[in-house]
Formats: sequence, structure tokens, C-alpha cells
Amino acid sequence: MTKAAQPKETLGLCSNCIHLATCTLRGDGTQPILFCEEHECFTPDEIREIVEEHDLALGGIISILESIQSKYGYLPRKALEAVAKETGRSLVDLYGVATFFRAFSLEPRGRHLVSVCLGTACHVRGSPDVLRAVEAELGVKAGSTTQDMEFSLETVNCLGACALGPIVVVDGHYFSQVKPADVPGIVERVRAGLNVIDVKTDQRLFPLTLSCPRCNHSLMDSRVQVDGLPGIRVTMSFGDKHGWMCLSCLYGSRNIVSEYEIPEQTLVHFFCPHCHTELIGSVPCPECGSAMVSMIVRGGGVVQICSRHGCPGHLLDL
Amino acid sequence: MINLTINGLNVSVEKGTTLLEAAHFLGFPVPTLCHMEGLSPYGACRLCVVEIGEGPRARLVSSCTYPAEEGLKVRTASERVVKARRMIIELLLASCPQSKVIQDLASAHGVMRQRFKQEYETCILCGLCVRMCEEQMMAKAIGFRGRGEKRSIGTPFDAVSGQCRQCGGCIYVCPACTLRCTYTEPEKAVCGACANLQPPCIEKDRFHDMMCYMDPCVACEIKKD
Repeated sequence: MTKAAQPKETLGLCSNCIHLATCTLRGDGTQPILFCEEHECFTPDEIREIVEEHDLALGGIISILESIQSKYGYLPRKALEAVAKETGRSLVDLYGVATFFRAFSLEPRGRHLVSVCLGTACHVRGSPDVLRAVEAELGVKAGSTTQDMEFSLETVNCLGACALGPIVVVDGHYFSQVKPADVPGIVERVRAGLNVIDVKTDQRLFPLTLSCPRCNHSLMDSRVQVDGLPGIRVTMSFGDKHGWMCLSCLYGSRNIVSEYEIPEQTLVHFFCPHCHTELIGSVPCPECGSAMVSMIVRGGGVVQICSRHGCPGHLLDL
Repeated sequence: MINLTINGLNVSVEKGTTLLEAAHFLGFPVPTLCHMEGLSPYGACRLCVVEIGEGPRARLVSSCTYPAEEGLKVRTASERVVKARRMIIELLLASCPQSKVIQDLASAHGVMRQRFKQEYETCILCGLCVRMCEEQMMAKAIGFRGRGEKRSIGTPFDAVSGQCRQCGGCIYVCPACTLRCTYTEPEKAVCGACANLQPPCIEKDRFHDMMCYMDPCVACEIKKD
């Protein structure tokens, strides 16, 4: 699904700030700054776009505010005023909604949101100690944001997963049965980036054993290791190139090893290395409409992947 | 027309009439803080609680929000109602003891003390001012903010609102606060001796198109001259 070690994304405000050229906070341009007080980092046009995407019926306000919050990380006052102007709703109503829900913040929040559960079950399992450890590690009290705008710390009263308590959630990633001693490790992992997938421990990735749908020969090749596991060997051709290629057998990983480097968006033909039949699927790719490559999963089932290099389209029928 | 019985008296009211209006129509006193003619019913203060139904099915409802139903039996002063009402007054006293309106209510219902932790709030969150501002003044300058114990009434971001025309309607309807009209000079706000028969600002050009709801204050006028 996600390639290992993605480059740090330039998120949020300063990637689309209209004062980008004159910004002094941005420095050399490599470090993303989410929230700056120097400039208003949004334009009324952006707010108008967000408002136009949503239905203006009674329930529309919350989703508009959610979009703004996810774009800027918080609800800037000017943005609320712009929404009031665009939708014709009064600022009082918007402010009431924005202050009613805990999910909305009127203050800038950090890049990472750390939520420590203090619900009953987590509490008896020692979450107050975990909270103290997090507070000590980050150097801020619950409800506030670190100076460098990296972490916001908040407490929640129940996450509905009491059996896993004490729970700490960082940016939607759940850490279960956290002990105070685990906290520095969690913070370190968050700083390194939570999107980096640990192939050995990540439960979302699981290995498949594949074979050719025509000759039923196994396609697994233990000589070429991809992601530390035997690769799926196929023959590929594109343009005037013709050679071998090994796909990762982990469902979810898109790592490959191939004889030739394949340019992005190239349509590649896949063949069985044993019977030389083209591995062509029955349906077009749901993402881009290109032809799919079909292979049999041992134990029953068909996996289909898109033949366009770089397209994430895939189907799995077990 | 809908026929119902209030305290044993039969009454016919039009569809959509609330129990509070029906009770007042028959002359039964039902106290209320958050209800005002011309503003939408809100049911916040619970003082207008009445008992409906009979036997084990009997229950307490807020009469200002409950529409009249055919054959409904209503008691506005049963033992259960009076007990509940006195408890509500005690709770109001615990949060807002300095309010003249609440003190009068307590006195009228024989509540001489309250048993809870004494607080000195300036607001009982009845929402009268919010509805006044929105429904009668067409301004929507103030509203509810926050949730739970942090709920409060005010303008967004606590900033001076562009919608507010300083009509004073919110202060006029407020049962908890005791602010008075200060005309245009807030620093002259002293007194408690309002005895003007006519609002002093009526002849003033500056406010001629405003709907002022404040009680006039003679002392302010004297000090001004």
C-alpha cells in the first residue's frame, strides 16, 4: 500500500501560503511549518472552495468545519468569519458548533496529536502514570502544544477499546497496554514517522503464495528476496525491454526488484516464466482502467494487480 | 380544538397550544424563568414543571414545551410538582443567589435555604437573551459557547460583535443580572433609582430607529446634565 520510507510530506499551511516568497520562518524551504503567526496563511478563495464542496443544508456546517480543520490543523478565526460570510450563517452559530465539539480547535495544534485515554478502565490500569510520563517526555501539560509545534497533548475519556488499555493514540495510530516506560519509545517512533511500515511486525501486511492461473506452476522464487521474503517471479515486457521481475509477496507492499528500471505510468505486460502465457485479468483496473494482471493464490482465490507501473489498483478475492 | 383537564377543570384549546399557555389561560399560576411570550419555547429552567397522566404512568414534563393533547390530565400543583419545583429553586439559589428574580421565586415558594455548595454565578443559562437577540432583535450577536460545565453565553471570540446594536434587550430579559441602562456613557452607571416614566433617550436622534428595551434611569439623566 505505502512504499517504505516516504519522503516527509510538506503538509498544511505553508505549502499553499500566499506569502511563501517573503516568509522568514520557512528558512531553507525544507522544513514544513504548519502554523505561523506572521501571515494569514489562507485566502478567502480557499474557504470558498471548501464551502462549495459541501451541501449547505443544516448538517453541512460540521463537515465544512471538519474540512477546514483538516486543512489547517485548527479553525482560524478569519476562516470562521469567511465561512459565516460564504454560507450566510451567523458567526455565533459557527462559534457555538466549533466550541461544542472537542474535535475542533480554535488554537493552532501541533503536527502530531497525542491522546491519552483517562477512561475508567484505562485509569485503573494506570493511565494517569502514562499521562505523567508523556507530559514529562514532551514537557507540556495536557491540553497544550509543544513550543516547536510538533506535539499537541490531550486527554480523552474513553476510546471504546478498554481491553487494550491504557491506550495512547497518536495521529490515529493506537498504542495499547502502554506502560510509562514505553512512552519515550512511542515519542521517538512518532518523530521518525508513523507511516514507515515495519514489515516484520505490521499486521496489515501478510504474505501470499501465488501461482500461474494457466499452468498452476508456483511463481515463488526463494533466490530473490523482496521485503525479506521470497519474491514472485514473473517475466515482463514493456517497449522493447524484456526481462524478469520479482514482486513482493506481501499483500499491501508494492516493492519490486526487476531487471530493468520501469518508468512510472508505463503499461507492463506480465508473463508466466514457466508456460509463457500472458497473466491477464478479467476486469479493468478500478483505479485507472488499465488491464489487470491475474494470479492464483494458493489455498483458493485470485489476486489482480494493475499493469500500469505506479498505479495502486489491486483486487483480492479469497 | 383539543379538550384536556387541568387541575380537574376542563378546557378546550387550539391545536399547538402548550400546557403552560393553557394553564395560564385558566389562571393557574405556573412559575417560569425561561419562557417569554414572543420567544420560542426552550424548556431550560424546568420551573414550569407539571404532572401529566395518572397512576404509575404519571410523569413530570416542562409545560412550556409540551403541546396540549386530547384527554390529557394535568396537575400544576400536585405534591410531586411542588417538591420538584422547590428543588429546582434551591438549585437556582445555589448558583445565582444574588438574582432578585430568583430570590422572589424562592420567597413565593417558601424556600428559605439551600443545601448545596454555594456559588455566585452570573448566568443560569436560560437562553432568554440568546432568543431575544435572534428572534426579536434579528441580530444573532450572542449565543451559547462551549459545552457542559464550560457552557457560557457571549459573542464569538469574546469580541465586540458587528451584529450587536446595543439595544439592551438581552439585559432587559435577563433574570440573573442586574445591569441597567447607561445610555451612551457606561462610566456613569450608578444608581438603582430608576423612576422615569418615559425613557430618557426617546428624543435622542442617535437612537431614534433603535428598539431599546432598557428601563430608563433618572439618575443617569441627572448626572448627564
